[in-house]
Amino acid sequence: MKLDSKIPSGPIQDKWEKHKFETKLVNPANKRKYRILVVGSGLAGASAAASLGELGYQVDVFTHNDSPRRAHSIAAQGGINASKNYPNDGDSVWRLFYDTVKGGDFRAREANVYRLAQLSGNIIDQCVAQGVPFAREYGGLLDNRSFGGAQVSRTFYARGQTGQQLLLGAYQSLMRQAAAGTVAIHPRTEFLDLVVVDGQARGVITRDLVTGKIERHLGHAVVLATGGYGNVFYLSTNARNCNVTATWRAHKRGAAFANPCFTQIHPTCIPVTGDHQSKLTLMSESLRNDGRVWIPKKKEDRSKDPATIPEGDRDYYLERRYPAFGNLVPRDIASRAAKQACDEGKGVGSSGMSVYLDFAESIQRLGQPVIAERYGNLFEMYERITAENPYQKPMRIYPAVHYTMGGLWVDYNLMSTIPGLFVLGEANFSDHGANRLGASALMQGLCDGYFVAPYTIGGYLASNAFKGVTSEHDAFREAEQAVDGGVKRLLSGRGKRTADDFHRSLGKILWDKCGMARNAAGLTQAIGDIAALRAEFRENVIVPGEGGDLNQALERAGRVGDFLEFAELLCLDALHRDESCGGHFREEHQYEDGEAKRNDEAFAYVAAWEHAGAGKAPILHKEALAFENVHLATRSYK
Amino acid sequence: MSATMNVTLRIWRQKNRHTKGRFVDYPLSDVSPEQSFLETLDVLNNQLEARGEDPVAFDSDCREGICGTCSLHISGTPHGPMKLTTTCQLHMRSFRSGATITVEPWRARAFPIVKDLIVDRSAFDRIVQSGGFVSVKTGSAPDANSLPVPKANAELAMDAAQCIGCGACVAACKNASAMLFVAAKVSHLALLPQGHAERKERVVKMIARMDQEGFGSCTNLSACEAVCPKGISVNFIARMNREYLRAGLTG
Ligand SMILES: Cc1cc2nc3c(=O)[nH]c(=O)nc-3n(C[C@H](O)[C@H](O)[C@H](O)COP(=O)(O)OP(=O)(O)OC[C@H]3O[C@@H](n4cnc5c(N)ncnc54)[C@H](O)[C@@H]3O)c2cc1C
Ligand code: FES
Repeated sequence: MKLDSKIPSGPIQDKWEKHKFETKLVNPANKRKYRILVVGSGLAGASAAASLGELGYQVDVFTHNDSPRRAHSIAAQGGINASKNYPNDGDSVWRLFYDTVKGGDFRAREANVYRLAQLSGNIIDQCVAQGVPFAREYGGLLDNRSFGGAQVSRTFYARGQTGQQLLLGAYQSLMRQAAAGTVAIHPRTEFLDLVVVDGQARGVITRDLVTGKIERHLGHAVVLATGGYGNVFYLSTNARNCNVTATWRAHKRGAAFANPCFTQIHPTCIPVTGDHQSKLTLMSESLRNDGRVWIPKKKEDRSKDPATIPEGDRDYYLERRYPAFGNLVPRDIASRAAKQACDEGKGVGSSGMSVYLDFAESIQRLGQPVIAERYGNLFEMYERITAENPYQKPMRIYPAVHYTMGGLWVDYNLMSTIPGLFVLGEANFSDHGANRLGASALMQGLCDGYFVAPYTIGGYLASNAFKGVTSEHDAFREAEQAVDGGVKRLLSGRGKRTADDFHRSLGKILWDKCGMARNAAGLTQAIGDIAALRAEFRENVIVPGEGGDLNQALERAGRVGDFLEFAELLCLDALHRDESCGGHFREEHQYEDGEAKRNDEAFAYVAAWEHAGAGKAPILHKEALAFENVHLATRSYK
Repeated sequence: MSATMNVTLRIWRQKNRHTKGRFVDYPLSDVSPEQSFLETLDVLNNQLEARGEDPVAFDSDCREGICGTCSLHISGTPHGPMKLTTTCQLHMRSFRSGATITVEPWRARAFPIVKDLIVDRSAFDRIVQSGGFVSVKTGSAPDANSLPVPKANAELAMDAAQCIGCGACVAACKNASAMLFVAAKVSHLALLPQGHAERKERVVKMIARMDQEGFGSCTNLSACEAVCPKGISVNFIARMNREYLRAGLTG
């Protein structure tokens, strides 16, 4: 395997324009002869599929959701970044680029990030034209707010439901294409394997989740926009059905997996209440604009009513440690600081595993109506879950797994190491390095889908020859048999433990050993524990029901089986990366004040892992990262 | 920690759309009031699966009240007893210990049952396909600030756009009407200048498609608004009716 990032030459400002010009075009009359298979209908998948359909390609969209509108992107709350500089506070393409590279702790590819910043403004234009009801000022123009990791206000938002509104915009464009007949939608359909013919991605094998039918689909290119793998931790802020199945199975067919250990823990989530917990709920980090994070200075105060703790006895530790950014430091820093506070025994709440996020001062300064307008729905959500009123009592928050920066390796064209397999959105690794800044995932998903992939996929189609393959080809037969065999093997499981039960055990291993703080001994142990759990899964899982029917136990078991394999690579990557950077904090590598210590000499590269076959150690390939425009420096938010 | 509860879940079980369904009682003990209603179903399913029995099929995804995937008629009310709350946001503390809780799928001709508590809501997608969009191609948009939108209109459009497409409005209506769902989309786009060009065509086509899908007519009883987890107001139905009239008059 050879990694060729295909970064265009020339100054960073001109790369994309030049590349677009040099990319071959498909003759308009020929577009309808090409079929593109898009897996996933989140922001990345829906925007790509709609745009490709508009261009005249034949598109098929597969999603396990019952409607494309329900993809996980719908849950994004806080907002989407763009360097429009509407507030006139000094933003620019360059600043957004700089902030993203720095926020990612210098582990992202400059050229991709620059393009993202360049195209960010177009995304907002596009969404507004679709009728996305972004927040506005009294003059009728768009409003902005600030978000972690930036000192300018560049975040566009639609109340606390930005993801919902952006996704509905993309979904509506997709529905328009479905009506026009360019796009066929396959809801309740799960991708289970990729078909590679003569080195090109030529098809997918799916399972109809209602009838259980396993089907072959032939195309000229395949797009995976299947989201992140945060649910490998079992508890995360991701939707219940988010999974690693699509990217993992493509990895086993030859797509390199990059930086799997770069996972993001979000600082502001509602704390765990008990063993029944099925997911964690995020409280948008926009709350940190007006909420102040604190813990009691004295351990003995931790179970007191917070209202009775005088100002002088409170430790606003983010404001104290990071006076320049205060409560708006990037996520990894805020999360680790909360963990430290709780590890020191100063955490609040019955479990001692939470910190306060307090709005009293803002409510006093701005009045409750202003706070309600900004965060009303988040406050309601908090109260619904915890039965506590955050207007009167500080919220309690704790970090939770939220986002995965790692993903399938892609080049500048967003193509994986398998020709014809494109990977968009959270599923790829490309833009966020070791840590993603708030409000940048929505931007990336839509940038990939609306403005990058439609060009680069065209370039691939125009510059490659395609053999007259049918879905009777041996590669299709082999892949279908593999899927069928996998389903049958799971259904023959007559052990004692359910897939969900295994998933919880896996999550616990990862959270303890590969969560906010990691070390070599713990990771080595985790790798052994995961292998043992996987062996037990093979022997002892129980999956009731049949294959030819809607069978949610079977769906869960398939996903957990993949998580159990993938988790080992995640830990292996974390073990090999013997430095701290962004969301990857190795306890062995920190400054005296507990800040992450990078090792640029040894680790300024993307770790892209090649699958070497079952039971064999994966092969590490390195893509060296050059920082020609943003100079390598220690991140400081002080 | 508050004391745990005991409840009986009386759940509709139905293998598929061609077979008959029936209620089955499942007693559960040691239920934490902190746990969500769907987590209670998870606990039950884990027990069923461990015994090799078919788990209860139900839809959910985000579990934070935004994706619209969860459904369920709980003790006679879509999304259960709490106002402005989806099933996935409902907690066991809303029930009494010892209670028997009836759990059924949405019941509507246009939402056929797929299995147990899962129904097919693809009719909603087809209604949107008929016109619930602005016809703008990628890349052709003018600068976002070139068209100011009065804040009040933007806010009202957002009130309508919040619809999560769960179908509770249909499930609550005696006639299984989809007026609130359609009205929310029609109003969202009619309130914004971006949606004006296709305003007439949109409302006519969406209403025609709604009828074709087998949804009933509006009862004017506002049962839909009462159960809507996002609090979408029936005023939008009046607005849609005006849009429809206007389309006819000036058509
Ligand atoms: C609670 C929450 C709040 C967030 N808030 C923000 C925010 O304010 N700003 C921001 O920028 N980012 C935010 N994020 C992150 C952001 O929402 C996601 O990173 C982004 O939406 C991912 O989009 P996507 O299109 O890549 O994937 P997704 O939206 O996850 O879509 C994945 C799609 O793939 C399909 N799929 C997956 N696997 C399969 C399979 N095997 N077969 C068939 N289909 C499959 C799914 O059905 C789905 O349609 C938030 C995330 C969470 C969890
Ligand atoms: S599961 Fe998403 S709204 Fe209930």
